[in-house]
Amino acid sequence: MANVIRRQTPAARLGRGLLYGVLILAALFYILPLVVMLMTSVKPLSEISAGSLLSFPQNPTFAPWTKAWGEACTGMRCDGVGGYFWNSFAIVIPAVLISTTIGALNGYALTKWRFKGSELVFALMLFGCFIPFQVVLLPMAQTLGWLGISSSRAGLILVHVVFGIAFTTLFFRNFYVGIPNELVSAAKLDGAGFFRIFWRILLPVSAPIIVVSVIWQFTQIWNDFLFGVAFSAHNTQPVTVALNNLVNTSTGVREYNVDMAAAMIAALPTLVVYVLAGKYFVRGLTAGSVKG
Amino acid sequence: MRDSLPMKNTSATPLGAGAKRSTPSGGLQAWLPRLVLAPSVAISLFFVYGFMLWTFVLSLTSSRMLPSYDFVGFGQYARLMANERWWVASTNLMIFGVLFVVICLAIGSLLAILLDQKIRQEGALRTIYLYPMALSFIVTGVVWKWLLNPQLGIQAMVQGWGFESFRFDWIVDPDMAIYTLVIAAVWQASGFVMALFLAGLRGIDDSIIKAAQLDGASLPRIYLRVVMPCLRPVVFSAVMILAHIAIKSFDLVVALTGGGPGYATDLPATFMYAHAFTRAQIGLGSASAMLMLGGVLAILIPYLYSELRSRKHG
Repeated sequence: MANVIRRQTPAARLGRGLLYGVLILAALFYILPLVVMLMTSVKPLSEISAGSLLSFPQNPTFAPWTKAWGEACTGMRCDGVGGYFWNSFAIVIPAVLISTTIGALNGYALTKWRFKGSELVFALMLFGCFIPFQVVLLPMAQTLGWLGISSSRAGLILVHVVFGIAFTTLFFRNFYVGIPNELVSAAKLDGAGFFRIFWRILLPVSAPIIVVSVIWQFTQIWNDFLFGVAFSAHNTQPVTVALNNLVNTSTGVREYNVDMAAAMIAALPTLVVYVLAGKYFVRGLTAGSVKG
Repeated sequence: MRDSLPMKNTSATPLGAGAKRSTPSGGLQAWLPRLVLAPSVAISLFFVYGFMLWTFVLSLTSSRMLPSYDFVGFGQYARLMANERWWVASTNLMIFGVLFVVICLAIGSLLAILLDQKIRQEGALRTIYLYPMALSFIVTGVVWKWLLNPQLGIQAMVQGWGFESFRFDWIVDPDMAIYTLVIAAVWQASGFVMALFLAGLRGIDDSIIKAAQLDGASLPRIYLRVVMPCLRPVVFSAVMILAHIAIKSFDLVVALTGGGPGYATDLPATFMYAHAFTRAQIGLGSASAMLMLGGVLAILIPYLYSELRSRKHG
């Protein structure tokens, strides 16, 4: 599709100019909110009310960031979003590792050890990718209560694992379908077992899909709000819930710079992942739509 | 069913290439894959299918603060149908969903086509277009709430440039607030549609386009008549994913408008949450959740159907 013939007539040159113009305008539309957020987060309040959205900070200050991290009020308590930031990590890391491990084993069993009904099992699990989570909220709340882990980090980890394995299984299943069966069959004939084959043959080539799965799960769980707000208490909230509480706490003067600093803090981990591993991020996004 | 899965198959001959096995652990090896899958199947049966059924049962009861099992038939659904706020939420979802999907498709496909013209710095542009997708809808909501703030945001900025009569106060206008959700959601997701389309464009065989060029077709015509029809599956997947995002939209509403002014920007997802968790109307909330599920299935089933059909036909 890239072999479009280009003629350097004036009209063509005008066309090229227009093309770049539109593309740059679009880039501004996407990038400016981030720029505004960043600039607002380092402006003193006086500068915010006096200046305009796009005015460059005259006296940049990191005070809003330190306040957002350690002092700003999120509902009843005023200790910033820092603690909740670590909460998010404490929830995300185990949930990502567990759901990715389960997904890898599932995908492996579903493709290299097919049995009667294995496709049905896959279809059954896949449905979990599509349900609106509102339909599981109330039973989940009650189940977490019975298990004695309501409003705890363990409860949130469980929820994210349970509803994450549909996606991780999909990723690994679609990846392993493309790995030739010959090696696996030969290993089976040699008497190698289920886990040995996984460990020696599949795992060494799984790096790309592990990265995709980890990134996908990390972004999904880090950015989750619904489960976080439904199943956490004030000391186990993830950072998204704390950010929302901070912005909607209506005591005193609205400190927009602190709001923006808190939003930046909540956004940074997934932004960093995106910048470092954008390619895999895109692959995860499209994995659901490109069928294997 | 899940309990009998591993047991039943210890003696069965596994299908596939590894059928002949001479090791003494053959029996174990045959049911190990099923044993590995069993917990996930159990989780899926309980937490997905069981919970759906459970919510359905709750929707047939008069539960308020706590789940009770006092059945009232489809009474909660009747109450829902008579509830004005539910109709506002459903209408909002229609407006929001259609605009969100259509605008994302338009912007996404346009950007993908433009980016496909041997653009310098294509990688950098792509990165910029797509990064909002990495953000939480809560962050997006917080940022756009600030940008749309009439006193300090875009409106104030443009007025400051000398356009005193410029108005952009949709976020506080009950009739227009729903469109602010569209703006923020399009900002977040249109780059993703661009990525989908670009991947699709790169997958098209160059020779088709060359042939069309030799026939003297103009570039817009080639895209409209030759390229777009090839991208039908991409359009289909994109619509499906976007519609799904729209139905599940909850965080964005909470962070951007809080459902307000009043309940002008309520969506079914926020309606459900408000009634089930803060207004002690568990029965009614469950009924609304079931209708959301129905909405998702109404999109999903035709999609899966056509997907399976096209696979069968090659």
